[in-house]
Amino acid sequence: MRHIISILVENESGALSRIAGLFSARGYNIESLTVAPTDDTSLSRMTIVTTGTEEIIEQITKQLNKLVDVVRLVELTESLHIEREMMLTKVTALGGMRDEIKRLTDIFRGRIIDVSDTSYVIELTGDSDKLDAFIKAVGGKSIIEVVRSGVTGIARGEKALKV
Amino acid sequence: MELSGAEILVESLKREGVEFLFGYPGGAVLHIYDALYKQNDIRHILVRHEQGATHAADGYARATGKPGVVLVTSGPGATNAVTGIATAHLDSIPLVVLTGQVPRAFIGSDAFQEVDAVGITRPCVKHNFLANSVEAIAPIIKKAFYVASSGRPGPVVVDIPKDITAPNVKIPFEYPDHIEMRSYNPVLKGHPGQIRKAVDLLVGAERPMIYSGGGVVLSEASEALTEITRTLGYPITNTLMGLGAYPGTDPQFIGMLGMHGTYEANMAMHECDVLFAVGARFDDRVTGDVEKFCPRAKIIHVDVDPASISKNVKVHVPIVGDVKSVLGDILDVLRQSNQRPDSGALNSWWEQIRRWQADDCLSYDRTSDKIKPQHVIESLWKVTGGDAYVTSDVGQHQMWAAQFYKFDKPRRWINSGGLGTMGFGLPAAMGVQLAFPDAQVACVTGEASILMCIQELSTCLQYDTPIKVINLNNRYMGMVRQWQEFQYDGRYSHSYVDAIPDFVKLTESFGHVGMLIEKPQDVEPALKEAFAMKDRLVFMDFITDQTENVYPMIEAGKGHHEMRLAPARELA
Repeated sequence: MRHIISILVENESGALSRIAGLFSARGYNIESLTVAPTDDTSLSRMTIVTTGTEEIIEQITKQLNKLVDVVRLVELTESLHIEREMMLTKVTALGGMRDEIKRLTDIFRGRIIDVSDTSYVIELTGDSDKLDAFIKAVGGKSIIEVVRSGVTGIARGEKALKV
Repeated sequence: MELSGAEILVESLKREGVEFLFGYPGGAVLHIYDALYKQNDIRHILVRHEQGATHAADGYARATGKPGVVLVTSGPGATNAVTGIATAHLDSIPLVVLTGQVPRAFIGSDAFQEVDAVGITRPCVKHNFLANSVEAIAPIIKKAFYVASSGRPGPVVVDIPKDITAPNVKIPFEYPDHIEMRSYNPVLKGHPGQIRKAVDLLVGAERPMIYSGGGVVLSEASEALTEITRTLGYPITNTLMGLGAYPGTDPQFIGMLGMHGTYEANMAMHECDVLFAVGARFDDRVTGDVEKFCPRAKIIHVDVDPASISKNVKVHVPIVGDVKSVLGDILDVLRQSNQRPDSGALNSWWEQIRRWQADDCLSYDRTSDKIKPQHVIESLWKVTGGDAYVTSDVGQHQMWAAQFYKFDKPRRWINSGGLGTMGFGLPAAMGVQLAFPDAQVACVTGEASILMCIQELSTCLQYDTPIKVINLNNRYMGMVRQWQEFQYDGRYSHSYVDAIPDFVKLTESFGHVGMLIEKPQDVEPALKEAFAMKDRLVFMDFITDQTENVYPMIEAGKGHHEMRLAPARELA
């Protein structure tokens, strides 16, 4: 099962390696990890996508909570939530394909943010499945480069991960 | 009062009530050593290797309950300390380890004696800090002691760049009275609903079993545990780390459990219907094959660390909280309720346990003309009146000490249970003896383990620690040899050391007393003679039976009910 864990950590040097180190030392998977400071500059927010059985996810959250730098965490996938990932895709755009890719980008509500004689760079945001679907639709042959930000997310409604 | 960083550090340690600082100087900590030179409150113990410093501080912490404090220099000073830090980490022992670091401007430049101490120690500490300014020193030391000794204790490393300890930068010194950390608030009070559930389950048990571990010792909860156990009249077993938390000579104590636990303790684990696990962590050496662990039991688990609960074995009534506090609450509920265990069921359970005990699983050949290691430990127990502090190294001798020295008090049995660190025993004994100069302190070791930190004999002379070293010398790495006998058809690959020193001469060269004991009848008189030398370290080299094995034993993949007993003791 895929799980998304959001973590508030003290914005201190070494906090990221404590968390990444915990995952590698205990053999947990990390599918993606994003981190950035929050509106409160003393805190960073980290979003980790991981997989494992219920027992493993329980251990992961307990072990994360045990780290002295971790202030609070929530498993987003336990309740209603929104997840988003941003992707930049550089594709070959020649001749008739230029229009075709433009149309596909519109269908996926992406934006072309760089144009050259032979290529586009497309910005696309959505959940991971949507980004996967776009890559499939464009087709492997056209793709020059793909950059994904990793997943970030937030709970729906009034629930919040705050100090 | 304006102080330099080094002076602030030393003052902060004084405020924390530090008596001993186990350390070894070097370039990056010279300012700190200069500040130490100018004071008399903290006693510095100069070890011979930084591993010895961490183990000595660890032994001190285990015996006293107070955090052990270590000071080492950067680079190799820090890396040498790592084994001791990891040892303390796995056994949840409070240590504060101060490591020197190169000046801030040099960090990351591969400077002389530079290592990333914070990075290297990260996986084996409870927490660590890099002090990055003079102002940061006092609050970090306050936090370090708080984190090390609260909740589930553990080692904390503070890395201190040389330039922030320099004598030319002075700032006003103020030591914080208390510290709040929004990200660290261990839960100490157990949930009342869970406590009630636990009591219901406990008194309703027909075949109850109490299984307690090192958490009881760490939490100073022996009295509460003893009272509950006696009130209920239930059998109790202790883990290797929990020995002494319940009196080892009490009839309700049925021995240690686990890989080399007693037959009766392990069988009772297998057959029990309610298991009360207190401050124990279901370690693999305790559980055997988890698939076969306590198949009929409902499990109650009290632990201050939520991550210990349902980590290896799923439990039914988890209680997160400090063991002492939770046991106190359980006692209150028990006293107020009129529920009492079913005495008929309990009697037949005890009858069953007595039948297992009758098998006498720890018996050994008492007529042998070779010294049996078990006999040495039994004699040690007798000669010391069962009241010594016993440290050990790792291997067969450790298991025999655990099986045959019946610890009646907590904090008397001091061994590296989790990490299994050979070399732990002698420096740990040093830490214990410094804390309790008049106590009887024995280090039970083997000829392989003792050589891993033998250099500390020199420290022992310098600081007058009259330890009695009980060397069970079987000319093998005994536990390795035993596994090779059982699992590798007797192919004793590199478990034999061909050149063993003359320990008597070696000890004498360090300025201590050495004794060689080769006959069973000499064991007890020699021990008496050694312990009569109250102001001397005596190294007792017992030449023991080379082929003796530790029994009983749960081998890999086996359950508690599938123990291997001593050959003469195999059940009919």
